[in-house]
Amino acid sequence: MRWTLLVCLFCFAAGVWAGDVGQIKAATGAVFLERQGQRLPATVGMPVQESDTLVTGADGSAGVTFSDNSLLSVGPGSVLAIERYAFDSTTHNGHFDASLKKGTLAVVSGKMVKQSPDAMRVRTPSSIMGVRGTEFVVKVSEPGS
Amino acid sequence: MLVLVLGALVILGAIYAQPAPLEETVVVLPSPDGHTGTVIVQRGSERHVLNQPFAASRLAGGQAGMAQLSDAEVRQSFGVALQALPARPATFLLYFVTATDELTDESKGELKKILAALKQRPVPDIMVVGHTDTVGDLEANDLLSAQRAERMKGFLVEIGIPGRQIRTAGRGERELLVPTADNIDEPRNRRVEINVR
Repeated sequence: MRWTLLVCLFCFAAGVWAGDVGQIKAATGAVFLERQGQRLPATVGMPVQESDTLVTGADGSAGVTFSDNSLLSVGPGSVLAIERYAFDSTTHNGHFDASLKKGTLAVVSGKMVKQSPDAMRVRTPSSIMGVRGTEFVVKVSEPGS
Repeated sequence: MLVLVLGALVILGAIYAQPAPLEETVVVLPSPDGHTGTVIVQRGSERHVLNQPFAASRLAGGQAGMAQLSDAEVRQSFGVALQALPARPATFLLYFVTATDELTDESKGELKKILAALKQRPVPDIMVVGHTDTVGDLEANDLLSAQRAERMKGFLVEIGIPGRQIRTAGRGERELLVPTADNIDEPRNRRVEINVR
């Protein structure tokens, strides 16, 4: 029993996700994370936190895996804000609000949407998208571009 | 009169200063397993339900409407973003010889394939969970399941995956894949689950 406890404690201590909600798995070209007014160059392996904004340059693209197994990726010239994120790995309850200000976004929804269909919302300047367990893409662009 | 003209100029100025509205496109895609889910697009009082492969909701020139796109059109507009999508999270199962942390011959072969698949992933984040069947007492099985998980972690570290990216846990006989009574030798319960994302 003591052993189990030790093993469990070790697991929690070693948790890769402590405080972080996701991780950058792909980054090409100019990719930044805006966090608390700072602009950090984003690299593969870097953790993503709630309230981060992912920004790509004209040659940039990036992919992020979240702790509920949601996958998000953006193409060039994109601004994606991770406005709210929480996930309970025991109950699979959570919420995920992301906002695409411009550019292109691909989404594969994760475990929290399977648990409760209203858990994930993606916004654009004029729309709100509800996600019922699926994959989809979103583009926000200047007219004629 | 002057006030009126000035007022009109201010209003005209405000109209011209308005940036042109952005264009938006939302397209629902079929999953690799062929299933297509649903996206509900709410734009003011307007609501588009997208639940067919490549069904789209568009806003352009202030006009919103639904459309049917092709795979090729989606690739053209979203190819780079789709290319950047991380590998899908996956789960692998491996099985053990009774009361040991030795893999069965079949699972030894499987392990090679799994290691090759894991090597392809940039910064894999891995959770290894060990399990036992119901032969033996609870405490011994907790220990054995943890050993099985640790043994697998050893293989992962050997192929170059940093240990800090691998968590392990032993669930003993608490999470049977095939429910059985106590003291039942069930090969499918003697397993580890390797979850990767």
